[in-house]
Amino acid sequence: MGVYILCLVLFSVGLYCMLRKRNIIKIIIGLIIAEYAVNLFIVLLGYRMEGRAPIYAANQEILNMVDPLPQALVLTSIVIGLAITALVVGIAMRIYERYGTFDITRINKLKG
Amino acid sequence: MFELYFLFSFMIAGAIIAVTVKDLLSSVIAVGVTGLGVCLTFLVLKAPDLAITQLVVEVLCLIILIRATIRTDLPFATTGRWFFNTFITLAFIILFLGISYIALLDVPAFGYPIMKVARVYLEQGFIRTGAANLVSAVILDYRAYDTLGEATILFTAVMGVLAVIRKKGRKKIGEIEEGQDE
Amino acid sequence: MNKEPKGMTLIVKTAARLTAGVILMYGIYIISHGHVSPGGGFAGGVIITLAFVLVILAFGKEFSMRKVSASIASSFESFGAIMFLAIALAGFLGGYFFLNFFINKGVPFTLFSAGIIPLCNIAISLKVGAGLFAVFAVLVMLKFTNGKDKG
Repeated sequence: MGVYILCLVLFSVGLYCMLRKRNIIKIIIGLIIAEYAVNLFIVLLGYRMEGRAPIYAANQEILNMVDPLPQALVLTSIVIGLAITALVVGIAMRIYERYGTFDITRINKLKG
Repeated sequence: MFELYFLFSFMIAGAIIAVTVKDLLSSVIAVGVTGLGVCLTFLVLKAPDLAITQLVVEVLCLIILIRATIRTDLPFATTGRWFFNTFITLAFIILFLGISYIALLDVPAFGYPIMKVARVYLEQGFIRTGAANLVSAVILDYRAYDTLGEATILFTAVMGVLAVIRKKGRKKIGEIEEGQDE
Repeated sequence: MNKEPKGMTLIVKTAARLTAGVILMYGIYIISHGHVSPGGGFAGGVIITLAFVLVILAFGKEFSMRKVSASIASSFESFGAIMFLAIALAGFLGGYFFLNFFINKGVPFTLFSAGIIPLCNIAISLKVGAGLFAVFAVLVMLKFTNGKDKG
């Protein structure tokens, strides 16, 4: 239970950064932190006490493996997160080129 | 169990430094510290596939973010309704934490998952797919539709970046063509 | 114009020349052994991307873009997607989508085992690696022009 709450605290730090900061790069950083927290939470749900990694070895019997399903879901999610980050950074660089600033309160023109 | 608390404290400290520091480059590097903490946590949670992927993704993410922050001036706006904005944000976060605490009461205790679906994978996965790495067996055999959807999302994101960044389509009729494209 | 040195210093260039091939080989190892050890298509694809990114960062973009450009990487990504779909459609030989259609799945814990999973790993790694490389190449190509001057 305590680990789950710490994970939620990590998510809240990212959420605060996304909601409060005005620099676009800071908002992207908050997005990345929140994404890490969500990935960690899903993997924490599948952990088993005294578990082993879900990989069979050649000549030994392993009985207490952790849940492989959340790991498989998170594995795709990490790569998607990288692609989303690249897309957001591309849009931020376009905004910088057009307006000359990263401050979101000064971006008030629809077409330059 | 103890090392999990230590790693989580490490990551929260890194995240708070990344949020509060003024310099953007330091902020990006603090995010890198948080990502390496995530990588170590995956190792403690017995997920070596995720640890490898998180490590290499973190390096590439750091390179892209440094590319975006370098050689740009850093205007920081400190005016505005500081007290009002902070109060609204903190109130929203406290509301979120309260609701999620109520939701957490229904989650099974840490270390004792239900594993209703995964039991089938653990019993039959090695015989039916022949792959020793069960995570590989799940993402490419049992749940290959998920991977297909992921490939679609990745394709869409790459096409989005190419469409947002490229210069070719923005040319007007009377404009002189530049020497290089893309 | 090509007379002036591009990229980083000689030390970085030499180190990059020595290590880029090793990083590429490590990525191929991670991909091909993805079904018997930790790793797989996603991690291996990103490692291969990092090898190319190291070359771009060390030698400058003009040198590197002559060898491989964003459009070539984009076509490789499409090839990976089509290969993945073709493997999926080949399952209709036995009845349904994404069927592991090999009858003899090989000896377990060796390289040639597990049916379609290594093939899918190769397709996924092509897709992820080429796609992320295309993104990075395009982001490097973008020149910063400050918008304040235009008003």
